[in-house]
Amino acid sequence: MTAALAKFKKPDLRSMREDRSPAKVEIVALSKSYGRQHVLHDISVAVVPGEIFTIMGPSGSGKSVLLRQIAGLETPTRGTVTINGLNPCDPTTRDRFALALVFQAGALFNSLTVYENLALYPLERRIYSKPKIRELVMRALQILSIENAAHKLPAELSGGMKKRVAIARALVMEPQLILYDEPTSELDPIMSATIAEIIGTLKEQFSVTTIVVTHDRELSLTISDRVAIIHEGRLRTIAPPAALRHTTDPVIQDFLNPQIDIQHPRFRKMEANHE
Amino acid sequence: MKNRINDILEGFGSAVTLAWRAFASLPKAPRILKRIAEHGYYSGYTTLPIAAILCFFIGAELALQSGLTLRHFGAKEFIGILVGASMARELGPVMVAIILAGRVGSAVTAELASMKVYQEIDALETMNIPPERLLVLPRLLAVLLVMPVLTIIGNLIGWFGGAIVCAQVSFIGVGPEAYFQSIKRYIEVKDITDGLIKAEIFGFVVMLIACNTGLRTRGGPREIGFAVTKSVVTSLFAVLVLNYFITKVLA
Repeated sequence: MTAALAKFKKPDLRSMREDRSPAKVEIVALSKSYGRQHVLHDISVAVVPGEIFTIMGPSGSGKSVLLRQIAGLETPTRGTVTINGLNPCDPTTRDRFALALVFQAGALFNSLTVYENLALYPLERRIYSKPKIRELVMRALQILSIENAAHKLPAELSGGMKKRVAIARALVMEPQLILYDEPTSELDPIMSATIAEIIGTLKEQFSVTTIVVTHDRELSLTISDRVAIIHEGRLRTIAPPAALRHTTDPVIQDFLNPQIDIQHPRFRKMEANHE
Repeated sequence: MKNRINDILEGFGSAVTLAWRAFASLPKAPRILKRIAEHGYYSGYTTLPIAAILCFFIGAELALQSGLTLRHFGAKEFIGILVGASMARELGPVMVAIILAGRVGSAVTAELASMKVYQEIDALETMNIPPERLLVLPRLLAVLLVMPVLTIIGNLIGWFGGAIVCAQVSFIGVGPEAYFQSIKRYIEVKDITDGLIKAEIFGFVVMLIACNTGLRTRGGPREIGFAVTKSVVTSLFAVLVLNYFITKVLA
């Protein structure tokens, strides 16, 4: 009887959130299809708590689709994704772990100021009091050195600033798992390096599991503990960056160190393959 | 054709699911009172001026047409009841719903479609904040609060438009006192409440279609435009078709 009543008792978010340990992510035999289009085939990965795990691969290889399955935004066609043993697609267990996704374009709420963007999650979830939320938001803004942008609208920010605001918004959620979708795309090299430093620093400071989807070679080989290469929807390899630098796999070699050959251009080969 | 039918059924199913999910979070409504007030103010503020002007001219037009016909039968004193009942039962709620679909529904669809296309809805889902609670429920509740007010104002302005025409057009020549006396004598409370029931249903349906179409948008910026057109056309179609069936049920 008590157990049955406990099932209907409102979960206490604060006590659930006391477990601040980095999340464990397990992907088992995951496949994803859209109609007749098969995007991911039989992917199995275990992300160790606290590591920076990078997923790399050419455009269209299915990296972002995989990230959406991990974030619980889409349900796999076959196979499973679990975060700390729980299904991220199940809204009833979604409160038991803190997951934040930093979208490629930021996905900031355009009608809200930067401060309101950051405060939305704790205000809506009613985890903290308003003064505590203010403190949390200002701290996140300070960590990313964007306090001056607090009262600006996203439309008034540069691309790099938007990414930093998106990361700050993720920080306010006090995540156990942060997912980054192409965090350095459309950024200049200096801003890309800044974002890479931020990702590395956050992992150290907040002890969080980090999954980065990117095709930025420098970013992945510099900050990652392990890198997975996805090619044509299949997992090609998982290895530490040092091992990848000396790989003998021609596909990975070609992806990591592409040679520009005007005499025998790559796109001609692609056309030939399509034919 | 098969795809089109599938699309319509899918749209209907998702609208019902959306309404169900939105009202499932009704116990949390006190938390969204500020949003309900904001959306109510916006819906009322943008709809009222145009609805008022339209209702004025609809009332005036009704009086003019009725006058043209009824003068041949010496029944000009019944213009009041004709304008009064038509506005209260039919034209008041329908006109307000049409303006709501054009002004507020289109803006809501554009906003939600844009949030969908630019992944803001995905961001909410990763935060485990249901878009139905944050974005849909406040709008539905706001429109339910605003529609009766707008309809009553529309009715009054329509009656007033009719009164001016009756008094000022020489071949009608029915004074305001006789005109309003006719309304008072023949219009029943049921005529008004039937109109308000219609207004509530129309408002709810228009807002549900607007939210559902916006949240179902897939693709890029071009689809935002398509979604707005689809939302307005579907809303107008739904209002006019529902109007017949509600009238039949209420009669």
